Amino acid sequence: MTTAPKQLHLAAHFPGVDNTTVWADPRSRSQIDFSSFEHLARTAERGLFDFFFLAEGLRLREHNGLIHDLDVAGCPEPLTVLAALAAVTDRLGLAATVNATFNEPYELARRLATLDHLSAGRAGWNVVTSSDAFTGENFRRGGCLNRAGLPQALGSARTEGNPLTRAAELVATARGLWDSWTPDGTPRRFAHRGEHFRVEGEFTVPRPPQGHPVVIQAGDSPEGREFAASAADIIFTRHGTLEAGRTFYADVKARLAKYGREPDELKIMPGVGFVLGDSDAEAQEKASEIRRQQISPQHAMLALEQVWGQDLSSYDPDGPLPESDPVPDAALVQGRVRTGDALAVAARWRALSREKGLSIRQTVIEATGRRSFIGSPRTVAAELAEYVAAEAADGFVLVPHLTPGGLDDFVDEVVPLLQERGVFRTAYTGSTLRSHLGLAEPVWKG
Amino acid sequence: MPPIRPLHLAAEIGGPPRYDPGHYTALARLAERGALDFVTLGDSFARPGPDALAVLSRVAPATRRVGLVPTVTTTHTEPFHVSSAVATLDWVSRGRAGWQVDVSTTGAEARLFGRRPAAPAAELWREAGEVADAGARLWDSWEDDAEIRDTASGRFIDRDKLHHVDFEGATFSVRGPAIVPRPPQGRPVTVVDGTADPARETAARHADVVLVRATTPERTAGIRADVRRRAAAHGRDPDTLRVLAALTVDLGDAESAPEPGLESGPPLAAHGTYYRGGPVDLADLITQWHRAGAVDGFHLTPITPERDLERIVNGTVALLQHRSLFRTFHPGGTLREHLGLARPASRYAPGRVLQGERT
Ligand SMILES: Cc1cc2nc3c(=O)[nH]c(=O)nc-3n(C[C@H](O)[C@H](O)[C@H](O)COP(=O)(O)O)c2cc1C
Repeated sequence: MTTAPKQLHLAAHFPGVDNTTVWADPRSRSQIDFSSFEHLARTAERGLFDFFFLAEGLRLREHNGLIHDLDVAGCPEPLTVLAALAAVTDRLGLAATVNATFNEPYELARRLATLDHLSAGRAGWNVVTSSDAFTGENFRRGGCLNRAGLPQALGSARTEGNPLTRAAELVATARGLWDSWTPDGTPRRFAHRGEHFRVEGEFTVPRPPQGHPVVIQAGDSPEGREFAASAADIIFTRHGTLEAGRTFYADVKARLAKYGREPDELKIMPGVGFVLGDSDAEAQEKASEIRRQQISPQHAMLALEQVWGQDLSSYDPDGPLPESDPVPDAALVQGRVRTGDALAVAARWRALSREKGLSIRQTVIEATGRRSFIGSPRTVAAELAEYVAAEAADGFVLVPHLTPGGLDDFVDEVVPLLQERGVFRTAYTGSTLRSHLGLAEPVWKG
Repeated sequence: MPPIRPLHLAAEIGGPPRYDPGHYTALARLAERGALDFVTLGDSFARPGPDALAVLSRVAPATRRVGLVPTVTTTHTEPFHVSSAVATLDWVSRGRAGWQVDVSTTGAEARLFGRRPAAPAAELWREAGEVADAGARLWDSWEDDAEIRDTASGRFIDRDKLHHVDFEGATFSVRGPAIVPRPPQGRPVTVVDGTADPARETAARHADVVLVRATTPERTAGIRADVRRRAAAHGRDPDTLRVLAALTVDLGDAESAPEPGLESGPPLAAHGTYYRGGPVDLADLITQWHRAGAVDGFHLTPITPERDLERIVNGTVALLQHRSLFRTFHPGGTLREHLGLARPASRYAPGRVLQGERT
């Protein structure tokens, strides 16, 4: 018996202004005008993508006490943009990143339910958390919590209370609110009393068309994986390589059973870049040029200072790495999730630089950046299909490096090849994001 | 007779709760066809209905000119989120956003959040004023030309044109700068119902458009004068304020004999001004009040939006246009332009003109 090949899922991420964006390219347009969002979303819908995904920022990053002029330089508020995009698209899922640390369940559940109604069942929510007091300086939540005598989160480091416990309670509370209207449209009283929230009253929005908007979780820590296994429909990961992807996939899918869930109920979608060329060689060349544009000399020095935790402006980006060790736990960069410990990263970078004889900038180019699929459309389509067949992913969140035209080639050239291989839909079969993902509507738990 | 100022017209498009966007889009388009300055959509956490800001964001790409003013409450929402969402509405509507500031005074609303007990209106309106102030500072925190895309130096933005706002209020503080670049209008339009006393002070200090619910042109003119006086006391140029009389209108009986206008009509309920009659009489009433110099315009809340807004646009507005009292098209693109309000310079920009500016 032959079985149909496993279908892959595709999402498009609107690139912000950061080290994945090539804003200096003459084809690069506004990062903030609605026309840019509209172009990318319409292109994703033309390509029959599952959803369009927007990140969120709650504080501009700072470097060495100064506002960072190269990284994450501004973005609009995602739910509002997606509500507008619902007017210019018909089928495309619309997923917003909304922080679970600086929002309250009642309001958030209401805004997400509204988006689901306004889009006739296309809303998604990427639940992220924050544990840094730096971002907290824009919010009053800490003060309110302290006055109410509830556990404090603001200003507390990762050690004091895990923001994921608040996020988990927030998601559960939101689900309760979405279920608080009966399916026939009668509002009922709702009451929640937990560690982080007390919510009591009547929800103002009927049960969303999807039952619950699709819940996405971004992150990698063991707690993050567990949270995703218990509560999310999609998990974003940075694991781009085939081997790491397979390990992650097996680990996360294995966690589902204890929550009474089937492996298919959680989709694993890494965020990946892509570069297309007429030939594989041409694509490789383009990719190198793109990395050079993404990691300018200034950017290389910033990346270096972020690891070393000190001012290194006297160094030459085309010269060798510093011999001295990083300052551990230095807060030179604020507002960015720190990954790994600095000493280990520095050791890895030094080894790489010694082995290949690389300058600072070349080392940063080699050592950083997300997984990218690079090649002719045929090569890229084959590789994407291979990842899914090999259970390294269920699909991909594509991050184009150009705004807003960065998805055009993919949709025109790669999507038809995926369709030819029988691994991607040739038409939308449903109208909701859940239906694109093959996810059932959550059972009403009134 | 005082000189006639341009007439401004706005309409509320909320009614019984609806969740399909087509309903709201059709009403906003109707208002746009009547060249109205803006539509409002009321909101509160305590009664059924969708999030108003999201609804008007959904409406934005389906309209081109009409201003979009959702109610956004300040009691339970983070000021930083309020400012980001309103700025984003301005981006997606290409400069047509405003927000009507409101507070949540009830215990029922407080229990939905469980963060703080209900508080007296005066306290909440003071806080709302601080939210408006912090929001405006955040909108100013990116100077207009902060995005430089300088390939030579590798800088996308000029950090010297971005500013911390360091706002310290009684109940919250915000460090800034905004995450959203400065919106097209510089600052989206701030609307406050200034009828009741605690709100009036906030309106005089922070609003661009003040709504007034009063039963006679004399009373309305009195409140208008009071708001202008208070605005001047805060160092504002009173001519940068637009005061609109708020009327609830019921045009359901248009076929029957026209009821007399408001002045001789039934006394108005505690909730404010209620007009019942035909579209022609409404046009007469608007003409009279406006001629008397009582107001800069009207904010009309139709009792039944589908029916009454159609009668307002095709009856009342058409007649006002025929009398050359109201424009027949939007000459500008932004809500500030419709209202004849200048685009404010960022308070942080060097060399900005101080006159008539909030500080
Ligand atoms: C694909 C992807 C997208 C993310 N988008 C955001 C975002 O928009 N805003 C945000 O604050 N964090 C974002 N994050 C960060 C996550 O919320 C989380 O903080 C981070 O992945 C670290 O979690 P971990 O320690 O479990 O890996 C994203 C992470 C991933 C993998």
